[in-house]
Amino acid sequence: MDTVDSVFYSDHMGPSSNPLLDQLPSYQSLLYRRKPSATAGTKRRASSRTRVGSSSSWKWKVDRVDERPKVACPQRPVRELPKTMEEKRRDKEQRMEQARDLSSWEQWRQNARRSLRRLKEESLDLLSTLELWRGDIHVIEGMFGTGILSYFSFLRFLVLLNFVIFLLMFSFVMLPIIVAPHAGGNSTFNARDGGECSIYPSTSRRGLVVFHQYIADLLSGTGFLEGTYLFYGFYKVQAINYPRFTYNLPLAYVLVTIAYLFLSLIWIVKRSASGFKRKLVQDEDRFQSFCNKIFAGWDFCITNENAARLKRSSLLYELKTDLEEERTKQKIADRTRKDKCRIYVLRVVLNVFVIAVLATCFYSIYRATIFSQESQMRPTGNVILDLIYEYLPSIVITLANFITPLMFTMIIQYEDYSPAFEIRFTLMRCVFMRLASIGVLLFSLWSQITFCPGNNCSCGYNHKRYPCWESHVGQEMYKLMIFDFIIIGAVTVFVEFPRKLIVTYCDCGLAKCTIKYFIVFYIKKMTLMNNCRPATRPFRASSSNFFFLAVLLIGLALACVPVIVSIAEISCSQACGPFVNYTTSWEVVPQAVSQLPSGLSTFLFALASEPFAVTFFVITCLVMFYFIALAAAHKRVVDHLREQLVMEGKDKRFLIQKLLQAQRTSVRSPGGHSRSDRGSQSHSAAQNCSSTGGVYLVQPPVSATHV
Amino acid sequence: MGNKQTIFTDEQLDAYQDCTFFTRKEILRLHGRYHELAPHLVPMDYTEEPDVKLPLALIVNMPELKENPFRNRIVESFSEDGLGNLSFNDFVDMFSVLSEMAPRELKAIYAFKIYDFNVDNYICKEDLEKTLNKLTREELTAEEVNLVCEKSIEEADLDGDNKLSFADFENMIARAPDFLSTFHIRI
Repeated sequence: MDTVDSVFYSDHMGPSSNPLLDQLPSYQSLLYRRKPSATAGTKRRASSRTRVGSSSSWKWKVDRVDERPKVACPQRPVRELPKTMEEKRRDKEQRMEQARDLSSWEQWRQNARRSLRRLKEESLDLLSTLELWRGDIHVIEGMFGTGILSYFSFLRFLVLLNFVIFLLMFSFVMLPIIVAPHAGGNSTFNARDGGECSIYPSTSRRGLVVFHQYIADLLSGTGFLEGTYLFYGFYKVQAINYPRFTYNLPLAYVLVTIAYLFLSLIWIVKRSASGFKRKLVQDEDRFQSFCNKIFAGWDFCITNENAARLKRSSLLYELKTDLEEERTKQKIADRTRKDKCRIYVLRVVLNVFVIAVLATCFYSIYRATIFSQESQMRPTGNVILDLIYEYLPSIVITLANFITPLMFTMIIQYEDYSPAFEIRFTLMRCVFMRLASIGVLLFSLWSQITFCPGNNCSCGYNHKRYPCWESHVGQEMYKLMIFDFIIIGAVTVFVEFPRKLIVTYCDCGLAKCTIKYFIVFYIKKMTLMNNCRPATRPFRASSSNFFFLAVLLIGLALACVPVIVSIAEISCSQACGPFVNYTTSWEVVPQAVSQLPSGLSTFLFALASEPFAVTFFVITCLVMFYFIALAAAHKRVVDHLREQLVMEGKDKRFLIQKLLQAQRTSVRSPGGHSRSDRGSQSHSAAQNCSSTGGVYLVQPPVSATHV
Repeated sequence: MGNKQTIFTDEQLDAYQDCTFFTRKEILRLHGRYHELAPHLVPMDYTEEPDVKLPLALIVNMPELKENPFRNRIVESFSEDGLGNLSFNDFVDMFSVLSEMAPRELKAIYAFKIYDFNVDNYICKEDLEKTLNKLTREELTAEEVNLVCEKSIEEADLDGDNKLSFADFENMIARAPDFLSTFHIRI
């Protein structure tokens, strides 16, 4: 008894409530969880176990055989217990013995559960070997930690998403066309022959062609490339008549487009849901900044010496920034009225400046696009110059996306925000810049396509210049993609690698790498970058996951807009593509629906009608408000529980103080041997034991405060 | 799969699989790693459960732990004698808790042990200061260290005794979103 109880006396008597505090159930649970220290022996472990085991409030305690028969269900699996391996093995054997006492049905169930779990683990293991780039990402995690890992796993997610989209388009649009001759189907092509709208001059080059013309074609998507699967113009097929059914290709095209947009939306939302949930529940953003950094700041995965050094310095930087932020908060709180006015005016001026910069960039993109389109109509004959004119919009976009972040970083310093807000705001501005520049490009293309001299477009678009405008837009996107790819490669090779060499040998301080910070927000579908050093300004893995996905969602939303506009509003070209017989691409769907059996078609038309849409919208709003209210209620409950926790802790200490005071007075008063009823709310009576001078709690309390 | 190994009996492997978060393959691989730390000390045949313990100095030099500022404390927390001598069971236990499948509660228990330098079941200010100094290699000024420790205790201490008990620690960890991903060693 003594050896066990000696643990309950701490060596250093801090506040005098220690002995009593240490005997509380919550402390005992910690003791039990601890492996025994230097004075341990198996006997002690066993005895402490039986001692504690008598209390009934431990969920994971293995009770002896005479207890309730259904021990299996509420227990945690053995591997989750904080004990040594031998203890776990013993536990497992005990459980197996108990299991033998159970009915055979229970035994079978347990065995089944166990083997199912094993099977699941092994299949997960097998699946993970099939994961794309698993080895590479493994290495990256080990060298650079989980922050950078989140970026690369995000990239992998993008590649997978794009691959799935490609598979969808391929299997529903291209595969039928390819398979048709082999499966005995024949394709009917577009039947509209009338008018000048359907003239589509052939784009394949004839006669003697200079070789570099082919390279120029490859780089700009014209010439031979235009007639391939890559571009819209290839799909002239109207319907494919297989022996048993007719495959309506235009309908497939539209529906697959809508389907993959939905799929992307659902997949991204699902991936970002966990991060978002956490953000909702945690109220203030910087609630636990210091604790978080000290206890969860060091990434245990790091094995590379350089990475460790950088992580250390980045943690240092973060801590210093946090201290700085505390001082800033103090400063902001101390701001006078005059200061506030000055700062707000300054912020307004700077924001106006930012808007002006953005407007300038957008306008220059617009003009560059127009110039590029016009010069494509009049080729100068010099291949290099032609190529440069064709790539002009891409060049301008890339340049703008390079300069604006620098400008924004500079401007934000004068706006006097807190450091965390500075980062986020600059990021939002840069991301907006990137997404909007593509939108401006599309808008300027659209204005060119629908601009006809004399202001009347007989075919709904400028058919003389753009007999097949969809292919043309595709070509512009193709150029943008190629240019972006080239730039990323070039930057890696020509900028970052020399920079690594310079900084390694020059050691000019790591502050330069803050620019690298913005590279993290590429929303492109590229593969791994080598030669990259981790940023010294770290970005927490959890929040960065959520941020990437949020940006992706915004990008998706913005990408949906041109797709929807072009499907529903813009007239399709009548010289190419599967929608030749329709005014807009969307028309194919109502037409197909009207060919369905009448009941189904009236139902589908009713779904698309206005009353239904309004009702649906109202119901969705109601559901959304309900969930918002629910989330707010949960937050309030969490806050309340937090306060309660604090209060309970204070109560506990207060009561223990009182207990000790009372105990001391009773010791001093003569004949004070056994005194009971130190009434406390939930703790049972304590007995005074004068021999050892300590206080024992005799009965394990049925405590509601299982802390 | 692969019944040709003679290092462990089937029952042993079974027990390991149940008591840790590793599969059979991983346990055999771990044995290989343990063996190569001290090939002359560690037998290849573990069917008789030999009582072999490797000292702290050997384990702490593993590549997975070498760069970790808390490597000594980690190994000490998982050793039975508290001095860092790990048997194979402790070794597997350690990496099992630090693997990515271990639940948050289990990791929090051991994290508390690791950060409790003076082993008094509380993370007091001195423990925090030691943690911070190990993290930053003493590059913060004393005043800054003091400030950070005070702020941390302020943030996490719920019962007002100016040190973190396990309950405080667990509560704080539950609200730290990065804990699961950083308290993880890949082996």
